[in-house]
Amino acid sequence: MSVLIFIDQADGQIKKSSFEVMTYGVDVAKQLGTTAEALLLGKNTEDLSTLGKYGISKVYHVADDNLNNLDAQVYAQVIADAATQTNASVVIFSHNQTGKAVASRVAIKLKAGLVTGACALPNTTNGFVVKKTVFSGKAFANVSISSAIKVISVNPNSHTTTIGDGIAEVATLNISVPAPKVKVISVNKISGDISLSEADIVVSGGRGLKGPENWGIITDLAKVLGAATACSRPVSDSGWRPHHEHVGQTGIQVAPNLYIAIGISGAIQHLAGVNRSKVIVVINKDPEAPFFKAADYGIVGDAFEVVPKLTEEIKKFKAGA
Amino acid sequence: MKILVCVSKTPDTTAKVAFKDGNTKFEDAGVQWIINPYDEWYSLVRAIELKEKDAATVIHLVTVGAADAEPVIRKALALGGDEAIRINADNHDSFYIASQIAQIAIEGGYDLIFTGKETIDYNGSSIGGMVAELLNMPYASLVLKFDLNGNTATITREIEGGEEVSEIALPLVVSSQQGMAEPRIPNMRGIMAARSKPLKVVEPIAVDALTSIESFELPPAKAGVKLIDADNVAELVRLLHEEARVI
Ligand SMILES: Cc1cc2nc3c(=O)[nH]c(=O)nc-3n(C[C@H](O)[C@H](O)[C@H](O)COP(=O)(O)OP(=O)(O)OC[C@H]3O[C@@H](n4cnc5c(N)ncnc54)[C@H](O)[C@@H]3O)c2cc1C
Repeated sequence: MSVLIFIDQADGQIKKSSFEVMTYGVDVAKQLGTTAEALLLGKNTEDLSTLGKYGISKVYHVADDNLNNLDAQVYAQVIADAATQTNASVVIFSHNQTGKAVASRVAIKLKAGLVTGACALPNTTNGFVVKKTVFSGKAFANVSISSAIKVISVNPNSHTTTIGDGIAEVATLNISVPAPKVKVISVNKISGDISLSEADIVVSGGRGLKGPENWGIITDLAKVLGAATACSRPVSDSGWRPHHEHVGQTGIQVAPNLYIAIGISGAIQHLAGVNRSKVIVVINKDPEAPFFKAADYGIVGDAFEVVPKLTEEIKKFKAGA
Repeated sequence: MKILVCVSKTPDTTAKVAFKDGNTKFEDAGVQWIINPYDEWYSLVRAIELKEKDAATVIHLVTVGAADAEPVIRKALALGGDEAIRINADNHDSFYIASQIAQIAIEGGYDLIFTGKETIDYNGSSIGGMVAELLNMPYASLVLKFDLNGNTATITREIEGGEEVSEIALPLVVSSQQGMAEPRIPNMRGIMAARSKPLKVVEPIAVDALTSIESFELPPAKAGVKLIDADNVAELVRLLHEEARVI
């Protein structure tokens, strides 16, 4: 019995959400009195023994070339085989794009109960109960898993990474990797930009900005804060911003430390995707905008005046800090 | 081409989220039900567009739900689709639901199965992958664009850190999201036609759920907003640093 943590990477780099799930998995293993092991698929040239710092005792690396692109069918086969070979009783993913493609398939292979979008450690005092977000963040459900093996995917930004000392043993597994059925034509990385679901700070703009030509004030503020940018649904629907920036009930759900909403009214469908943010700042010229009810800090004012001032003040603050 | 579109009913996006029976059930009194937006706006509309290009295409809709799911299925039929199947079972876990859909898919022999990327109530994001695994088919998750060329699908999908264009031979399971199609609204002719389209009710196969919801919780209420004067932006920066400690 052990906990197996799937480590996701993009371009040979381990993602922030994977460090979070490592800590999550290590905490689950402590609770169950067992060891936390990790699995990484595809090409990677980093020194994986350093993952011991996160509490991982052993890292399995399966470096077959057929694993360099994500074919959910192939990945599920390999991860399920690895779970069986390592006698894992809990398999943990990030609830990111890869987790959404693969965790459910792995659950079927292992005849395991699945909870996706977990936002807290399981309660194992009486059974195995995992808290997850439902209604796009408007509520939580406590879900009990009855099967012997459990598969969990953890919401990005919901578990804080802890780093200590330690060196992990690095090993490989003898697994035959099937040929992928997905033929990749091209990959368009959004490199440089901070990924929205993993960002600590998000600066988001709504219809109040009047048009795409005014987005400079949003990106300038995001830049000084090291933040990701986001938008409301009508903004992406009108093509002012790309679809992958659309947050809300029918877009991406985010939970950063700080969410700054500019010229967004705060419709219930928008709030659903952002109300798990730790701190919300709202800048809106209408004092009656519903977003103020969901905010921690607010400025009633014209975004075109307030936001450039805020960017300047942050610059000053960063220079002084 | 035979397409199966999975359709779920969900509370309207403006519905008040509250719980009853000791926080074990969703409070559905007065709630309006809609077709899960991902199922309606993207999966179903894209299937209809494919049929508009190739009239020989057959679209079946499937839902796992009690009789109260029928108005939503009729609404989906008003948009398009040839017939609907309702598997007569209420509220179970995603493994149970996926097993029911897989059974229908095996019987129907579909080339393409569309699911939404998630339902907006349970946010599982798991039915598509489970159905694909149960049928041993490839799975295109979080699809932003979908095109067909004979028996090969060209898809653009969201992956960690970017987007990927790939080709996959049918049969295939897809999870749809924004970008795949433009939402439509049913017209009068569609609504009339939907009334006479077949809606078959079948009994579920025996499957044991592997998870169950023990209780629901609402997030703690916010303390209330602190307003800062628009002429004193520096004060906001100070509060974010010293009080909220987020910068
Ligand atoms: C089924 C369904 C699903 C939906 N899903 C989503 C979703 O996932 N995400 C989402 O965002 N929306 C969603 N919506 C849409 C949602 O209902 C709102 O229409 C939308 O969020 C409004 O976007 P907005 O706040 O940018 O625009 P508006 O509501 O038009 O608000 C613009 C705001 O800008 C302010 N403003 C204007 N000028 C200025 C200025 N100069 N300075 C400062 N402030 C200014 C105004 O006071 C106003 O509050 C959904 C709707 C439905 C029906």
